[in-house]
Amino acid sequence: AMTAHSFALPLVLFSAFWGLVGIAAPWFVPKGPNRGVIITMLVTTAVCCYLFWLVAILAQANPLFGPQLKNETIWYVRFLWE
Amino acid sequence: CLGCLFLRDAESPNPMWGHGLTVPPQLNPKVSPFQRRFVGEVRRCEEMEKTFTFLQQELRGAGRVPGPCPESPRAPAAREALRVQEQSEQLAQELREVTRNRASLRGRLRDLRQYLHVLREGQRFTSLPAPLGSPPRPRALSEREPILDPSLHQHLERKINFVAGVIHPWRVTAFERLLWRACRGYLVASFVEMPEPMEDLATGESITWVIFLISYWGEQIGQKIRKISDCFHCQVYPYPESEASRTDTITGLHSQIQDLSVVLEETEQYLAQVLDKVALALPTWRVQVQKMKAIYLILNQCSFDVTEKCLIAEVWCPVRDLTQVQDALRQGSYQSGSSVECFVQRVPTSESPPTLIRTNKFTAGFQSIVDAYGVASYQEVNPAPYAIITFPFIFAIMFGDVGHGLLMFLFALWMVLYEDSPRLRQGTNEIWLTFFEGRYLILLMGAFSIYTGFIYNECFSKATAIFPSAWSVATMANHSSWSSAYLATHPMLTLDPNVTGVFRGPYPFGIDPIWSLATNHLNFLNSFKMKMSVVLGIVHMSFGVVLGVFNHLHFQQRHRLVLEFFPEIIFLLALFGYLVFLIFYKWIKFSAADSLVAPSILIHFIDMFLFTSNAENLPLYPGQVPVQMVLVVLALASVPVLLLGTPLYQWCRQRAPRTLVATGEQEPLLEGQEAGNSVNAAKEDVESGGHSPNAKHLDFAEIFMHQAIHTIEYCLGCVSNTASYLRLWALSLAHAQLSEVLWTMVMRNGFVGLSYVGGVVLVPVFAAFAVLTVAILLVMEGLSAFLHALRLHWVEFQNKFYVGAGYKLCPFAFAPDTWE
Repeated sequence: AMTAHSFALPLVLFSAFWGLVGIAAPWFVPKGPNRGVIITMLVTTAVCCYLFWLVAILAQANPLFGPQLKNETIWYVRFLWE
Repeated sequence: CLGCLFLRDAESPNPMWGHGLTVPPQLNPKVSPFQRRFVGEVRRCEEMEKTFTFLQQELRGAGRVPGPCPESPRAPAAREALRVQEQSEQLAQELREVTRNRASLRGRLRDLRQYLHVLREGQRFTSLPAPLGSPPRPRALSEREPILDPSLHQHLERKINFVAGVIHPWRVTAFERLLWRACRGYLVASFVEMPEPMEDLATGESITWVIFLISYWGEQIGQKIRKISDCFHCQVYPYPESEASRTDTITGLHSQIQDLSVVLEETEQYLAQVLDKVALALPTWRVQVQKMKAIYLILNQCSFDVTEKCLIAEVWCPVRDLTQVQDALRQGSYQSGSSVECFVQRVPTSESPPTLIRTNKFTAGFQSIVDAYGVASYQEVNPAPYAIITFPFIFAIMFGDVGHGLLMFLFALWMVLYEDSPRLRQGTNEIWLTFFEGRYLILLMGAFSIYTGFIYNECFSKATAIFPSAWSVATMANHSSWSSAYLATHPMLTLDPNVTGVFRGPYPFGIDPIWSLATNHLNFLNSFKMKMSVVLGIVHMSFGVVLGVFNHLHFQQRHRLVLEFFPEIIFLLALFGYLVFLIFYKWIKFSAADSLVAPSILIHFIDMFLFTSNAENLPLYPGQVPVQMVLVVLALASVPVLLLGTPLYQWCRQRAPRTLVATGEQEPLLEGQEAGNSVNAAKEDVESGGHSPNAKHLDFAEIFMHQAIHTIEYCLGCVSNTASYLRLWALSLAHAQLSEVLWTMVMRNGFVGLSYVGGVVLVPVFAAFAVLTVAILLVMEGLSAFLHALRLHWVEFQNKFYVGAGYKLCPFAFAPDTWE
């Protein structure tokens, strides 16, 4: 199938998700000797994972060229998938 | 802090040692080790250890293994130690005696048994009449009569004497020959093997001795025979001549042997009892004595004060634990009943203290990989808490595959869940121990690899279509009328995103699965991964430079903030931050419509440095050239600031000394952003030494040189380190290609056969696939990605802010011993 993918929706969703992890969750970490470490871990994870996902989606947002497929693949995808 | 420990006697600080908090530097190097106060005690401990080793050997010889020490006993006081010494020596003495007795009893028993055999076998030759040639294996030479026939007995006038004994089987032939030659036939010798083997006292092995019976005539012959037997180390026994006396002797021997056996049994029982006692007490004693010895060795490093009444030691102690140490000292003094208290006092110093970073079982692994490069200097910012996440993440970029990540994650999960099992903890294989120590590291690495695997859309090199693909083949086919006939004549066709409806928006999570079917997927992936590596690298390095700010603030070097941090960050961001901006801008602004004229970022970047422009390379945005010029000028301007700023500042300070701000005790820097908190950074109180008030003439040549090196290293490093991050692309490409090869060339062949036989063939094919996956992709690629991630952290990240010239605080601790 070839549904249209919006660009805005995943952007909002993932930004919200990692924002939750990296900005909101640190406030709820219970007090204890490991609080600092856990907060550091949460923020670092959020930043790294969000950036990685963002790079992946931005690289595909405006492709300059398309995939080159073998004729068998085209036939299979065209007639059996779609 | 540096503390001065005043000890009244040797016993009071016993509770303190248990806390394991202090390490004393050498206070008194002039006194030789032999003159120190507690040498006698140390020697005593060593003697006790010798006794213990002897006891241990005896236990081992008897086939028992002393168990491990049940609980960890306290270090004993001097009286207890004396008692332990007495008891152990007593036990050792008893053990020696009993063993000796037993050995002698055994020897006697053996003798008696041999005599018995001799007599018994000899009977056969001398008492019963037997025909020629029938006695059991006589070994006489053929010229002589093999036996002494009793019928012959009557014919001979002379009295026949006997020599009987046992001889080693190897010497029999030589013995015989010598006897015959020496005595010229005046004797009859018979040899027979003993029915049961006996122990040779000299070598301890079991040998089947040979019993010989020599009958001879004449006294001189007898003497000769005896001399020859002596030479051959034979054991000679008196052989009674008459039958009756022989029988009597045999009976007597029997009873003697019985008695002796009973005594021997009782001795063995007693020995077993003693060994039991030893086995019970030995483990505890050993640990106690070891602790004592360790304490005395430490105390030996103290020195006496003027009044010769108390010991002084200088120790490093974490400030937070100072009250604990004082409490322990008070408790010890009370317990040992001395009137004067021992105490510890803080002492100001200008020496550089050791670094203590408290870790728990989770953070210890990450701290150790940071420490492997260099222990943090006293109180500088610790990169480990960030490395907890960035290291597995960078590993995962190079390792990204859902399947492999899952396997790694499960392996680490198993280790973590069973980490308390003694079987896992006490493995002796060094490689296993390395993996086990890093179990949390591997757990995180696996978890992040699963995430990056989803983003790369690779699961054992296969893509998964979690969301439907964004590229529509049908639309393209309809638009370009790709009929089946057309397809048959064109082996390869490209989807054109310019056609409406072919490309329908970016895949929401990761790389579109259509690319795994495409033959030009590397074209796309390479561009994506290279840009991703550069972006992440520049972000990582900027983060490193920012961490340096914490150092500047903490050590109250605000001038460095202005004169070093700002130039550094401007240089990095103006040039490479701008590159990141270009990358993102091109992604957003340029699409398939202008793909033919899309500008090349790389050429723009090069032209930026060379202040040229290329007519065919269109600008990305209007006004690009002036903007770039400004940025380059800004970056170049920051270089001399970096080069000369700090040295000039210090030179000016030197020349115009103002009244120094009172350097009192500086409060511990424990608050912070989410970054610097009590668990991660090295936090001990700053000593009031540091930049001391005395006017030291700073060596400016050295400072300038140091700063020049730093500048060059930083600027050139920015370029080379950015390129170095491209290894993220390279290794992830290698991993993807390797797993694709394994799939196409190994696993796929298992699916070719569609019959039942094909199903059976699938099993060994899968086995090969699994083995190769684990060996090549998990182990080899895993180690490789681990190594490169480590290098990126140690070099590219840490050289932006980390000094790492400290030394660790190794507190005095009673380490659990491994005995052998």
